[in-house]
Amino acid sequence: MSDYRIKGSTGDWEVVVGLEVHAQVVSNAKLFSGAATAFGAEPNSQVSLVDAAMPGMLPVPNRECIRQAVRTGMALDAVINRWSRFDRKNYFYADLPQGYQISQLYHPLVGPGEVEILLDEKDENSTKQIGIERIHVEQDAGKLMHDQHPTMSYVDLNRSGVALMEIVSRPDMSSPAEAGAYLRKLRAILRYVGSCDGNMEEGSMRADVNVSVRKIGGELGTRTETKNVNSVRFVMAVIEHEARRQVDLIEEGGVVAQETRLYDPDKNVTRTLRSKEDAHDYRYFPDPDLLPLELDEAFLEECRASLPELPDAKRKRFEGLGISAYNASVLTAEVETARWFDGLLSSGAEPKQASNWTVAELFGALNRTGKSIDECPISPDEAAELLKLVADGTISGTIAKQVFEIMLETGDAPSKIVEERGLKQTSDTGAIDAEIDKILAANADKVAEYQSGKQQLFGFFVGQTMKAMAGKANPGVVNERLRAKLG
Amino acid sequence: MSVNADQVRHVARLARLALGDDEIDRMVPELNNILGWVEQLGEVDTDGVEPLTAVIDNHLRLRDDVVNDGNVRDDILKNAPDAQHGFFAVPKVIE
Amino acid sequence: MSELTLKTITELREGFRAGDFSAREIAEAFNAAVAAARSLNAFTVETPDLALAAADVADRDRTTDALKPLSGIPLGIKDLFATEGVDSTSGSNILKGFKPTYDSTVSGNLKKAGAGMLGKLNMDEFAMGSSNETSAYGPVISPWKRNDGGNAALTPGGSSGGSAAAVAAGLAPGVTGTDTGGSIRQPAAFTGISGIKPTYGRCSRWGIVAFASSLDQAGPMARTVRDCAIMLEAMASFDPKDATSLNLPVPQWEAGLSSDLRGKKVGIPKEYRIDGVPAEINAIWDQGIEWLKDAGAEVVEISLPHTKYALPTYYIIAPAEASSNLARYDGVRYGLRELGTRSLDDMYAATRAAGFGAEVKRRIMIGTYVLSAGFYDAYFTKAQKVRTLIKRDFTEAFKQCDLILTPTAPSAAFGLQEKMSDPLAMYLNDVFAVPASLAGLPAMSVPGGLDGQGLPLGIHLIGRELDEQGVLNAGLAIEERAGFNHRPARWW
Repeated sequence: MSDYRIKGSTGDWEVVVGLEVHAQVVSNAKLFSGAATAFGAEPNSQVSLVDAAMPGMLPVPNRECIRQAVRTGMALDAVINRWSRFDRKNYFYADLPQGYQISQLYHPLVGPGEVEILLDEKDENSTKQIGIERIHVEQDAGKLMHDQHPTMSYVDLNRSGVALMEIVSRPDMSSPAEAGAYLRKLRAILRYVGSCDGNMEEGSMRADVNVSVRKIGGELGTRTETKNVNSVRFVMAVIEHEARRQVDLIEEGGVVAQETRLYDPDKNVTRTLRSKEDAHDYRYFPDPDLLPLELDEAFLEECRASLPELPDAKRKRFEGLGISAYNASVLTAEVETARWFDGLLSSGAEPKQASNWTVAELFGALNRTGKSIDECPISPDEAAELLKLVADGTISGTIAKQVFEIMLETGDAPSKIVEERGLKQTSDTGAIDAEIDKILAANADKVAEYQSGKQQLFGFFVGQTMKAMAGKANPGVVNERLRAKLG
Repeated sequence: MSVNADQVRHVARLARLALGDDEIDRMVPELNNILGWVEQLGEVDTDGVEPLTAVIDNHLRLRDDVVNDGNVRDDILKNAPDAQHGFFAVPKVIE
Repeated sequence: MSELTLKTITELREGFRAGDFSAREIAEAFNAAVAAARSLNAFTVETPDLALAAADVADRDRTTDALKPLSGIPLGIKDLFATEGVDSTSGSNILKGFKPTYDSTVSGNLKKAGAGMLGKLNMDEFAMGSSNETSAYGPVISPWKRNDGGNAALTPGGSSGGSAAAVAAGLAPGVTGTDTGGSIRQPAAFTGISGIKPTYGRCSRWGIVAFASSLDQAGPMARTVRDCAIMLEAMASFDPKDATSLNLPVPQWEAGLSSDLRGKKVGIPKEYRIDGVPAEINAIWDQGIEWLKDAGAEVVEISLPHTKYALPTYYIIAPAEASSNLARYDGVRYGLRELGTRSLDDMYAATRAAGFGAEVKRRIMIGTYVLSAGFYDAYFTKAQKVRTLIKRDFTEAFKQCDLILTPTAPSAAFGLQEKMSDPLAMYLNDVFAVPASLAGLPAMSVPGGLDGQGLPLGIHLIGRELDEQGVLNAGLAIEERAGFNHRPARWW
C-alpha cells in the first residue's frame, strides 16, 4: 500500500483513485464513418453526412478500430469478449450531433485486465498491479469553441465520430505518484501497440479522475469525477487538490457531493461542472442500427500475432542481457527509444556497454539539442559502429566522445571520421614509452612524490600522457607502461 | 405506474421539449392513459426469455479502414440555420 | 383525365416499350393529374420538371435500346425519403425547407432504374400516425367518400396517407411508402390498393428519416400485386451503408409470380378474431379464406398466443427508438431553429417545441420515459422480451403453415378528426399489422372488396422471413379472384 496521506485535523486520510482514460484510436477513418481522423484539418472538412447526423444516416463500424481495441486489451492481459454490443448514450450538447453517443455500456468489447507499474525506477521490486475494469469503444464528440464570437459558440465536427477506447481502471491507486506511473505506463503500452499516439496535449489521450478519501481502513468515501484532464502532471495535481478539498470539507462538517468537476490548470483548482441533480439520465439502450459485434478466432489470432514485444517483456529481456534494471527501465519507457536501442543491439553492440552509452551519451546529446529519438541524427547502425571502434581498441573512450560530437554535427559515419582525422588510438608501446619518458623527465618532483606514497598522482601522469598524445593513446597500454616505469 | 405533472416536466426537460403549463396538464392524463395501457405487458411471463437483439438473423458487417468520405463541407453546412467561417454557430455555451 | 393515368405500371411499361405512347406523354398525364388534385393535399411538393426530365431520358433510351426496368414510369416518393435537392420534410415543421444533398438509397435505386419523380408525398409527421392527420402540412383527404350522400372527408390512413391517396386517385401509378407498424398496409387497405412491407433489412434504410430503427421498412404501393413486385425489385438492394441491410441477392419477384397455391398451407390465427370489430371485416377475411382455398391452398387454424400484447409492445419500443432518433432535430445543423431565451438548452427546447406536433411530442415523451432510469427494465427490456415471444409465435406457426391470412385493419376508413381526441383509439388501428412488423416478416395488403358504405376493405398476408414471393403469390391469388376494379368517383 502506498504511504501517501492527507494530513487532516482529525487524523490521516488515504486517497482512493480510479482513472478512466479516453484514448483516440489510431486509424485512417472514423469509428462509424469513412471520414478522415487526422488532427488539425480545416473545420468541418473531415465530416461525412453520418458524422453530421443528417436525417436518415446510419453507422457502420470500422474493423480497424475494433482491432485496435482488441490489441490494446490483449496488451493489458485483459479478457476479450467475443460478443459485445453497442449502446446509445442519450444526451443533448452542441458537440454531439446525433443527440446520442454510440458507446458500449452493457457488454463492452474488453473485460478485466491489469497493468504493472514501477513506482521507483531504481528499485525493480517497487512494482504494483493496477487492475483494469474494462475497455470499450465509443465515438468521440466534436469541438466547441467559445472564444471566436461574443455571443455565439462555434461547432467543429471534425473530431465527431473518431474512435475512442475508454480504458477504465479499478480504483487501485492510492497516490498522485501511482496515478502518474499508471498513466505513463498505459501511454507507453498504447504507443507500443500503436493503437493510440498518447498525445495528451493534442487531446488524443485524456483522463477522467475519480477521487475519494477515507480514514485508514475506513469505509469508501463518496467520489467525485474530474473530467478531461490532459496531462500527467495535471492528473497528479487534481488528485492532490481534490483529496485535500474533500478532507477539509469533511472535517468542517460538510459532505462530499457525488458530482462531476472540471480542472482549471491556471488556478490549479477543480470546480463543479454538474451536480447529481443535474446529472444526465443517459437512457442507455442497445443501438438498433447495429447488430451485436461478434469476433471469430481468426480475427483474434491475427490481433495476437500482430502485437509487438511489450514494455515489460522488453525490459526483462534487456535485464537478461546484463543491462541494469534502471537502464532497462529508461530504455523501454518509450517505444521509439526501445526500438532504436533494439536496432543497436541487433547491430552487434555489447548490451551493457551499449545501454550505458545510450542512456548517458546519446540521451544526453538529444536532451541538449532538444531532439526526440525520431529526430536523432545517428542511426543505430552508426552508433553500433562507434561502440565497436571502442570495443576493439581502435579508438579510446575519450576519442569516442569527440567522434560522437562530430557525428552529431556532420552526420558522417564514425569510421570515416576516425580515418579522415587520424584519430585511431595507438597501442604502439614504443611511441607511448617515448612520451612517458618525456613526461617523467619533465616532472621529476612529482615522480618522487608519487614514489614516496602520493598514489593519487598516478592520474596526473595518465592525463599528461594522454594529453601529449592528443588522446590517441590506448589508455590500457598507457596505464601498464606507467606502472612499469613508475614502479 | 402513473406520472404527475412534476414527472412530466422532468421528462420534458430530458427530451428538451419546452412545454407550457397547459400542455403539461393536458399531457398528464394522456400519458397515464398510454402508460396504463402498455403496462399490461406485466401479465406476460418472460422468465428465461432474452430481449430481442436482432430482428432478422444477420451478422454485423465491418467496414475497411479506408478514408472514402468527408471533405464535403459545403454539403454539411448547406442547410445550417447559422453557419459562420466554416463552423456551425450556436448560442454561446458557458462551461 | 387522360387514359394513361388509369393504367398500371405493368401496362404503362408495356405500352411505352411497344411505342404506343411516349414517356413524356405519360409524365405529362400524371403531372396534370397531380396539379388538378391539390384539394386532396396528397403532395407536399410537386416536381413536374423532374418527371419530364426522366421521361425524356427514357424516350431517348428507348431509341438506343438502353432501357432500364422502370424507364418511362413516374412515381411519387413519400416525404420521409431524402431526395437530393428537393424538400424532404417528413411531414414536419422542424424540417421545413430542408433540401438534402443526397438521395436515399431506395429512391436512388428507383432513379437508377429509370423512374421519374412526380413529387413528395404528404404523410403523418415522422411517420407517427395512422390517418395522415398529424402532418404539419395539413391532412390528406381520401379520394374515397362514403355512399351515404354525406360529404364527410375521410382519412386515407397513415402514415403513408399521401402515397395511398395518390395511387387511389390516379395521380401516380406507383409510390413508395414506409411501414413501421402498418403504415403501408393500413392506408393501402383504406384506399383499395396494394402495398407490401418486405422482410426487415430487404430495403436499405439509408437516407430514410429514421422513426423506429428496428421496425422501419420501405415498400411499394400500387394498383396491383405485379406492380408491387416490379417496384420492390427495383427498390430492394444490399446496402453496405446500412448495417442492418440483408446481404442477399434480390430475388426476381415479378418473374416468380404465380397464383397457384396448391401445396401451400394458409394459417388463420384465432387471436385475430377480435370482439367489437365490424362484421364486414370478418366477412372479408372469410372471403379471403375461400379465395385462397380456391387457389389450391389448404387452410389451417393456428395460434399466435401473444397477439394481444403486440400493440403495447410496439408502443413501448417504437417511441423509445424514436425519442433517440429524433434527438438530432435540435436546430444546430439543419431545419428549424427557434432561439428561445438564447441559451443553447433554451434553443433546443424552443426549437423542438415549435417544430414537433402533438403526436410526435407525445411519443417522444413516452419513449424518453420508458428508457429513463428506474423504468428501463420494467418497460423497455420487458417489451423486448415480449417481442421475442411474439417472434417465436410466428416461428412456431410457420411450422404448420406457409402463409398467414388476416384482415388488414379493424375498420374501413374513418372520418377526419373522428379519432383525434384519443391517441389510444388511433393506435388500435394497427392491431392486425403491428405483429408482423415486430417480427420483421414480409406482409402485404391487397383489396378484397367494398363495405356497406362503399369503402375498400383490405386483406392481409404475412409470410416467413425472406418469403416475399410467397406473400406476393398469395396476394395475386386474391387479386385475381376479388376482381377489385373499383375506383373512387372523382370529386376533386
